[in-house]
Amino acid sequence: MKIQIKNGRLIDPKNGLDTIADLYIAAGKVVAVGHAPAGFHANRSIDATGRIVCPGLIDLAVRLREPGYEYIATLESEMEAAIAGGVTSLACPPDTDPPLDEPGLVEMLKFRAKNLHQAHVYPVGALTAGLKGARLTEMAELRDAGCVAFSQAEAPCADTLVLLNALEYAATYGFPVWLRAQDAALARHGVAHDGEVATRLGLPGIPSTAESVALSTILILARETGARIHIARLSSAEGVALIRAAKAENLPVSCDVGIHHVHLCENDIGYFDPNCHLMPPLRSQRDRDALRAGLADGTVDAICSDHTPIDEDQKQVPFSEAEAGATGVELLLPLTLKWANETGADTPAALSLITHRAASILGIDAGHLSIGASADVCVFDPERPWRADAAALRSQGKNTPYAGMELIGRVTHTIVDGAVVFEQK
Amino acid sequence: MWLDPANPQLNRNGELHHLLSLEGLPADVLHQILDTAVSFADVTQRDVKKVPLLRGKSVFNLFFEPSTRTRTTFEIAAKRLSADVVNLAINVSSQTKGESVLDTVANLSAMHADMFIVRHAASGAPYMIAKHVAQDIHVVNAGDGRHAHPTQGLLDMFTIRHYKGQFNRLRVAIVGDILHSRVARSQIHALTTLGCPEIRVIGPKTLLPSRVNSLGVHVYHDMREGLKDVDVVMMLRLQNERMNGALLPSAQEFYKYYGLTEDKLALARPDAIVLHPGPMNRGVEIDSSVADGKQSVILPQVTFGIAIRMAVMSILAGN
Amino acid sequence: MPATPLPDAETLLASLTERMRPLIGPDTGLVGIHTGGVWIAERLHSSLGLRHPLGTLDVSFYRDDFSRKGLRRNVKSSDIPFDVDACHVVIVDDVLFTGRTIRAAMNELFDYGRPASIRLAALVDRGGRELPIAADFIGAEMQVPAGRQIELIRRDNRLTLQITDA
Repeated sequence: MKIQIKNGRLIDPKNGLDTIADLYIAAGKVVAVGHAPAGFHANRSIDATGRIVCPGLIDLAVRLREPGYEYIATLESEMEAAIAGGVTSLACPPDTDPPLDEPGLVEMLKFRAKNLHQAHVYPVGALTAGLKGARLTEMAELRDAGCVAFSQAEAPCADTLVLLNALEYAATYGFPVWLRAQDAALARHGVAHDGEVATRLGLPGIPSTAESVALSTILILARETGARIHIARLSSAEGVALIRAAKAENLPVSCDVGIHHVHLCENDIGYFDPNCHLMPPLRSQRDRDALRAGLADGTVDAICSDHTPIDEDQKQVPFSEAEAGATGVELLLPLTLKWANETGADTPAALSLITHRAASILGIDAGHLSIGASADVCVFDPERPWRADAAALRSQGKNTPYAGMELIGRVTHTIVDGAVVFEQK
Repeated sequence: MWLDPANPQLNRNGELHHLLSLEGLPADVLHQILDTAVSFADVTQRDVKKVPLLRGKSVFNLFFEPSTRTRTTFEIAAKRLSADVVNLAINVSSQTKGESVLDTVANLSAMHADMFIVRHAASGAPYMIAKHVAQDIHVVNAGDGRHAHPTQGLLDMFTIRHYKGQFNRLRVAIVGDILHSRVARSQIHALTTLGCPEIRVIGPKTLLPSRVNSLGVHVYHDMREGLKDVDVVMMLRLQNERMNGALLPSAQEFYKYYGLTEDKLALARPDAIVLHPGPMNRGVEIDSSVADGKQSVILPQVTFGIAIRMAVMSILAGN
Repeated sequence: MPATPLPDAETLLASLTERMRPLIGPDTGLVGIHTGGVWIAERLHSSLGLRHPLGTLDVSFYRDDFSRKGLRRNVKSSDIPFDVDACHVVIVDDVLFTGRTIRAAMNELFDYGRPASIRLAALVDRGGRELPIAADFIGAEMQVPAGRQIELIRRDNRLTLQITDA
């Protein structure tokens, strides 16, 4: 299928492109930018006047809820949500049921996803069997089955020796390890940031030290083992400072931040809104400002949605009893644009955090529109307002702090491997 | 929505529609409750202790966390207002398998409940219930997790006003496990709103919230220092789970440094009053000689508690 | 009927007192209804030289309009410092109108005990009864135009009547 996307503002942050230009796609690849190749006759022409045309978005954490959690959401609904959000490549965490610790499970997931012909799915494998933090998984076999990295998801790896061994084993093969820096004991029973809001509301707190203590341990072990570490969902000012220092000494460490933590803080809990019960918790304004500064100065490498669809029954309960997490793959784009608007960052810089920089953490050649690259493209209207209500979201998870609120920026077309997989007026 | 979105306890006329927390209630609402309670205190002195205000109304005690004392005082207060009272002690463990909180509330609402008195182990539960009940149903928080116990805070303020008159020249000390105490939080909010110029919290570091200063209090770890010249001493109950765990080594050590004994009380003003929300752990947070002594107002607190709850329920039912 | 001009409250009180004097025994229990009724009852009590101390009632908890109007602010205390049982009671109010306040006062009084009899004294009877209630002693009858009400004011211990909007 030959596609011409014309008159759009073409933004390709990796290649430094930000200009009104046409994009030409054929046989699943980008074949030209600006002028049509000789003899090119488009089967389909998309008019992107007033729109932005950019690489398909890359989301480092999207829970597809399969296998095991189909009563909450299905692969079909969440993959539908992803492309509606302009996401063409996504990584899913290993905390399925059973966890992704067996090659067969990973193969099945990849097979099911591939047959939907929507976004590319990159499973992250379990670091330990059952995520229990005791025995290593067959990382090499899992890598062959399609895992791009290894992680404990939200499960702690409390035994430092196990963690050390896991990092050394991963380092043997050069496999990246993604870790959530949270000390299990310091976070035990906590449901909110241990700050002024938790004090007033009487909510058990998780102090920032839970993150910085765990992060210090991880960084020391990383230095020891030479493992490539990616810190998932940074949440505190102290955490940003530790990463900044680690990068200054050239440790191979990267990190991401969840899109909700870019915007929200503990005050947004208001009168115990369970939609703001997230892990890691929403911390203080000072922490949020430090995360924003980290995004601006490159300390934080990527933004992800940390998409976690949750059944209404699990959210319509008192705050501390609610399951933690928010739906978000469809909000990644408008909220990233909102961050850029509020902080004065330019659109290409914002998009880089959810395209090529996320791709390099995944270790895939994606997130750019170079000639010959896979044609994964997102076309969106940066001015279009829409309301994040249950009807507008395709995910089965309607649990978002932004429920009912107006957002700006709506995907009009999503193209994967040169095929239009999603479009809306 | 008929409720003020900035303050889910008040309707758009600024009148009390639910009582969920003392935080955010304007001083005149607190004063209205205290003043109304004076009249109800007189009712409890009469032979016929009932008034017909809530006749025909149904008050449901929804206790997701067990409590005989608080439930009984609410029941007495409701019956003295001539209301019909239904007690529901909801077994929390069957909660997780059975009906959700909201389903329980919805079913009871269908039985024409007019008022829910809610106690729950999770902070914020009454807010969730208040958000989902019909417009003419009122919710009273009888204690939610560590967050608030507004009727206890009110009866403590009533007690202080009864013995001391004004709040604006008082030094008040709150002693004990403030970290886990919904009573302490409600007391602090009420004292602040009513104009108390100096609120002291006294306890070991492990029993004080990390941002306790943000509540506008003076922090003391030395009880003798903290009690100097105070007018009101409010003791908190120390729960058994705290005494031998990771926060405190033993009841004995706690008693030695943070228990209210006669000699420690002597450091306060000679006319200082001693309050305790009950039930007391005699010999742990308070000596029997103090609890039963002439400065103790612990028993009057109980009587005032009924008048306060009658006042709260009447004001809500009429709004 | 045209509205009658406002009489002087002090004059009315004096004539009410003299009308009551021969018919009120020394053991009568006098009970004023807050707030205007208490002012009048205080004056009657000192003029008539009764043995029992003055009783006061705030009928807020017995009103029949609670559901519509809610609880009034400034609820005062009720205080009956004598034994109601077998007592001849006289209830005192400033303005008698629909009769509902008197009904509430009687209900409240019966929660204190069983009186031998109850009589009613009012400074002004403005008619408009909605219940079968009648005063035994009245200062004056008056017509008040619709939408207006008559109020008793006390300033420097002097009582006056005035007409205000309802």
